[in-house]
Parts: sequence; structure tokens; C-alpha cells
Amino acid sequence: MKDSNFIIELSNLSKNFGDKVVLDDVSLYIKKGEFVTILGPSGCGKTTLLRILAGFGNASEGEIRIAGEDITDVPPHKRPVNTVFQRYALFPHLNVYDNVAFGLKLKKVSSDEIDSRVRKVLKMVGMTDYEWRDVNSLSGGQQQRVAIARAIINRPQVLLLDEPLAALDLKMRKDMQMELKEMHKSLGITFVYVTHDQEEALTLSDTIVVMNEGKVQQIGTPTDIYNEPANSFVADFIGESNILNGTMICDKKVRFMGKEFECVDVGFGEDVPVDVVIRPEDVYIMPHSDAGMFDGIVQSCIFKGVHYEMTVLTSDGYEIMIQDYNAFEVGQEVSMIVKPSDIHVMVKERVCNTFEGKMIDSTHVKFLDTTFACAECGYEGGESVKVEIDFDKVELMDNKEDGSLVGDVRFILYKGDHYHLTVRTEDGDNVYVDTHDVWDDRDIVGIKINAEHIKISKSAHDEMAQ
Amino acid sequence: MKKLFAQSYLWLLLIMLYAPIIIIAIFSFTEAKVLGNWTGFSTQLYENLFAGGVNNALIVAIENTLIIALVAATLSTLLGSVAAIGIHNLRGKRRAVMNSLNNVPMLNPDIITGISLFLLFASLGITQGYTTVILAHVAFCTPYVVLCVMPRLQQMNPNIYEAALDLGATPFQAMRKVIIPEIKAGMISGFILAFTLSIDDFAVTIFTNGTDGLDTLSTYIYADARKGGLTPELRPLSTIIFTVVLLLLIIINIRTYRIQKRKEAKL
Repeated sequence: MKDSNFIIELSNLSKNFGDKVVLDDVSLYIKKGEFVTILGPSGCGKTTLLRILAGFGNASEGEIRIAGEDITDVPPHKRPVNTVFQRYALFPHLNVYDNVAFGLKLKKVSSDEIDSRVRKVLKMVGMTDYEWRDVNSLSGGQQQRVAIARAIINRPQVLLLDEPLAALDLKMRKDMQMELKEMHKSLGITFVYVTHDQEEALTLSDTIVVMNEGKVQQIGTPTDIYNEPANSFVADFIGESNILNGTMICDKKVRFMGKEFECVDVGFGEDVPVDVVIRPEDVYIMPHSDAGMFDGIVQSCIFKGVHYEMTVLTSDGYEIMIQDYNAFEVGQEVSMIVKPSDIHVMVKERVCNTFEGKMIDSTHVKFLDTTFACAECGYEGGESVKVEIDFDKVELMDNKEDGSLVGDVRFILYKGDHYHLTVRTEDGDNVYVDTHDVWDDRDIVGIKINAEHIKISKSAHDEMAQ
Repeated sequence: MKKLFAQSYLWLLLIMLYAPIIIIAIFSFTEAKVLGNWTGFSTQLYENLFAGGVNNALIVAIENTLIIALVAATLSTLLGSVAAIGIHNLRGKRRAVMNSLNNVPMLNPDIITGISLFLLFASLGITQGYTTVILAHVAFCTPYVVLCVMPRLQQMNPNIYEAALDLGATPFQAMRKVIIPEIKAGMISGFILAFTLSIDDFAVTIFTNGTDGLDTLSTYIYADARKGGLTPELRPLSTIIFTVVLLLLIIINIRTYRIQKRKEAKL
């Protein structure tokens, strides 16, 4: 079972803080010498995962192995890892030299060796001649260099970096990114890097682990993640994208924006609902011409430095984002082409809201801990049933008192002609909503579902039982 | 005009505050038995104070005061610092509760603290003397130490303890090499404060010093005054104590000023 290829093996890690699930069955295998980035929005569990690796927190479930050894219950000072903290965490009462030498002094390394090793790492991070400086007199970038030196001098098997560049300004961040990559190459240590900055992740990593809501969404190389996002969350989070509802008609043929397109994806089946992703730079835009696959009118055009970013409203009423080196004037009629290989098709995670429910009586059903009125359906009180509600049949209300449930908006996806929202109820269940109204992240809303839109069928459990 | 008024008000206030001490200091340099009679400059009273003889009991009282203050300040600095670290690591409501529990003894009148400690020691059957006075002083000094150490902990980067562990320090080493140096300034301020509070104390000491004639300065002066008038030697003694306390106060102020300067330099 011992595979020497993997330096870090995380198996089925879960972590709860009270009722709150922060990590949900995360498994991750990292090869020796890899530069792995854990990427996700704030609150996705990435920092918790790193802290568990460092030993500052315990997993509620699961196992951690480093170099084949089970270290799940090993305290932090005995783990072969070192951490670079977001806020540097240098020891303010020690100078640069003593900060860097801290780990070696604890290991009782001879002072001659400490001396030569400190000089070597300080040279490596470009901080020679700063040995005797007070750490408080250093700039943010310099402090971060010292923090990196302090960690790598111990020659850890794995270096953990918790958003180390987040506090630096843009220019400094870019420089440090390059230096980190160089350092990774010359040291040969495995780097595990946590960030919420997708560009940083794409620039630095060999492998990116995209996380959201405590779950791993996708693991892959930067090119894989960018070109072949596994789901709409990844597509939306990494780079800019147009995400649209579509139907896979048959192999290599997909229908979206009211038109049929050729694509390269196969194996989805026939007439299957899918999500279609098109990167804004993959849409070719030209003045109105018959050669275009679809037409539209430019709505906005913004200069972004290298390219122009334009929004085009297609003749079928979909908004598409396009990036191009040429500017088109607002109001101009344009035509667009998308290559089959640039149309990326993803399986839909779900096509409607599905809940387990229980009949209260023949016209009332209870799900999400709330009783809803429903149409007469032939099931009696007490029966377990499956409840389905289409995304666009869920209504969101400004006043939370107007709905039968209260939730807050967690994730907003623009689908060209409508928004697809994930609304989290107070009990932590997700309700998915299609709407034309504009909501903001973290808006508190009332959730209303009309009786005629609640579809009730036999419970999945019952079907299995029979 | 307005400025003049404000100035004279300030000076009047300062004179009223300091007049008693200054008068005692001036009259400590004359031999007259009655305060207010100037019989020429002399340092005789200072010589008497340290000559022993009649005043031996006074020197013993000074010794007791200093020993009790040193031991009590040391113990409460240790206890208070550990308590502060403990409270700092609590979360939310429990931390707020512990903080207010720490504040209550400071607001409690000394006389109540004294009586309750007296009753406690009596009911536990502990013979009252040196030990009980020290225990009592530790009890009322510790909250002040907590109060001095707490702000240092709050200013500390919460990651540095973890950083020390990460670099291979055991929890104890991390405490000794990282946390203690960080809160040292607060601990020293706490120690000085506890020391002066202990020297100062009368109400708690009088209830806990037992019947074997253990006297600190304050209880000695009190007993002496009740016997019939204050011995003239108390004048130089008060002057010395005032000077020592003044020096300690200046030291504390310079320290806080320097710490603040350093903090500003950081920013």
C-alpha cells in the first residue's frame, strides 16, 4: 500500500466546527516535489486544510500520511513540514538572524553550521546583509522573505504557504511569485500553496486543487482546469467565462442560445441537458456578415489594456462576453464564430431541485423542515415522497417574512439570459433558483414556492425497497 | 485673563494635593517633637531612623513590608501572567465572563477583601502571620497583573505561537522563547504595580497579620499613632517612602513612553 510516489496522502478528511461542516470528505494525493495550489473563495475550507496538514487543528475524520508515515495525531513540532504564514508571524523580539536560526537552535545544531546555513538561505531569499536588522524595521516584502527563509532552513519535506503574498502590493506580488517558483525549482521541496487568487494559482502551480464549500471541485494542471473545467463553479471561478444552458442533441452536436452547434464532446447521450462554457477570448467577433454563426449588437466595450472586453446581445436575447484585440462600437451589429473545439460541454450537476419530503395530508407536504401547500397528488399523510421543483419556479422575496423559508444567496452564476443562484437556507440546505432579477452575494431573501409548482412522486427509498 | 485663571486653578489644585507631603518632607529636616515647630536644620531624625534602639520595631516593620511586597509581587506576576494567557485563549462569551470576574476584586473595597480573607483563614484554621499576609496580598494584586499583561497578548500576532511550534518548539519551549519575551514588558509593569500596591496596603494586612505582632509599615504607623501621637521619626520615613514610590512611578511612565515610541516606530 506504500506508494513512494506520494509525499502527502490525505484520505477522506472531514472537519466540523459544531454543526458547520468545513471539510467534507476531502482526499488529496500530492507527489514529491510538486507545486500544489489549493484554490478557492474565502470560507471554502482551504486554510483549514492547510492547518490540519501543519498540525494546528485536528481533522474530525480521516487520515494524513506524509512520506508514508501516519501523522494524523502527531503534534506540529514533530511534523516534517514548515509553514509560511499569511501575516509573516516573525518573532518581533528577535532580529533577522535569530528568527531564521530559531528552528536550528532548537535542534541543537552546532553554531558554525547554523551560521553557514543562515547565510545561505538569506542569500537565497535576497536578504544578505540584513542579519542584524530588527524585523520590525523591514518592509512587508522583506518580512515575507525572512519568513520563507525561516521555514526552508529546516529543510522540511513539505513547505506550506498560507496566502503568503496576499498582503503585498501587485508589483511586489508578481516579483515574489517568480522568486517562489525559482525557489521551488532549486530546492526540490514539495510546496502546498493556499490562495484565493486564481491568476496566482495558474501562474505558479504544477497542480491546482479547486475547493468550494469544503469539497474538492477539481484537481488538475492549470491548463486542464482552465480549458476543461469540471463544473460551472470551476468555470466561473477560474478566469472569465460564458456559461449557458444547453442540450446535447447527440454526440458532437449541442444546442444552446436557440441554435445548434458542432462540438467535439461525445458520450453524454441524447437530448441531455448540459452546461456549455465558452471562454470570452474564444469567440471571434467581426462586423455583421453571413459567415457568422450568430449575430448580435454590441452593448458595451471596455479597454482592458491588452484587449477590449465587450458584451454582445445576441438576436436570440443572450448576453455574451467577448475579448478581442479590436474594438467594436456600442450599437454596432456584429457576427460571431465559435470553433467546435472551443465549445466546452459539462454535465449538469442537477436539472431541478430535489428534496426528500413527507406528506402531512393529501394537500400538504413537509420538506426542508417546512410545511408547504401542494396540489392534490394522491399520496396520504405520513408517506415519504420525493419533491421536485424547477429552478425557475422558486420565487425570491425581498422581505424574508414574505417567504415560507429564509435563506441567503451564496453563489451567483450568470447564464447569458438569467441568473442561476444557490440559496442557502438557515438549516444549511441549498435551494437552486433561476431568476431574471439581480441579487447580490449574501443577500438575505425569503423563499416562496407556489403549490402548483411542487411536483411529488414516489420516494427514491421506497423504489429501492421494492 | 482666562488663561491666568486656568493656570492659577491648576497650581492651587497641585498645591492642595502636594502640600501635606511637602510639609512633612520639610519638617523631616528639623528635630522638633511637634510638627510645625522649626528648630533649625538637622538630619538627626534620619539618623535616629536607621540607628536602631527605640526604633528597632520600625526597621523590622520596614523589612517585613519589603519582603512581603517582593514575595507577593513575584507570586502574583507568575499567577497573573499565566491567568492572562489562559483568558486570552478563551473564546467569545467565556472570555468576557473571565475578564469581568477578574475585574470584580479590583473594585471590591479593601476592607471587604480583608474581612473575607480573615474569615476564610480563620475558618480553615490557618495560623495568621507571614503566610496569610502574603497570600492575601497575592489575592488582591493578581488581577492587576492580569490587567497589565492582557493588552500585550492582544497586540501579539496570534500566529507566532503556532510559528514556534511549526519550527520544532515544544509547547513549553514556544511559551518560554516566544510568548514570554512578547509579554515581558507587561509582566514588569504588573510586578511594579503589585509591589507598590502591597507596600501601600493597610486594610487587608490589618485583618490578616494575626496576633503575634507581625507589623508592616502601615500597621506599625497606625498602632504608633494610637499609642499617643506620631513619633517624629515617621516624618523622614514618609519622605523616603514617598520618594521611592515617586521613582517607581517615573520608571513606569518612562517604560510606557518608550514602549509607545517603539510601537510608533513600527508603524
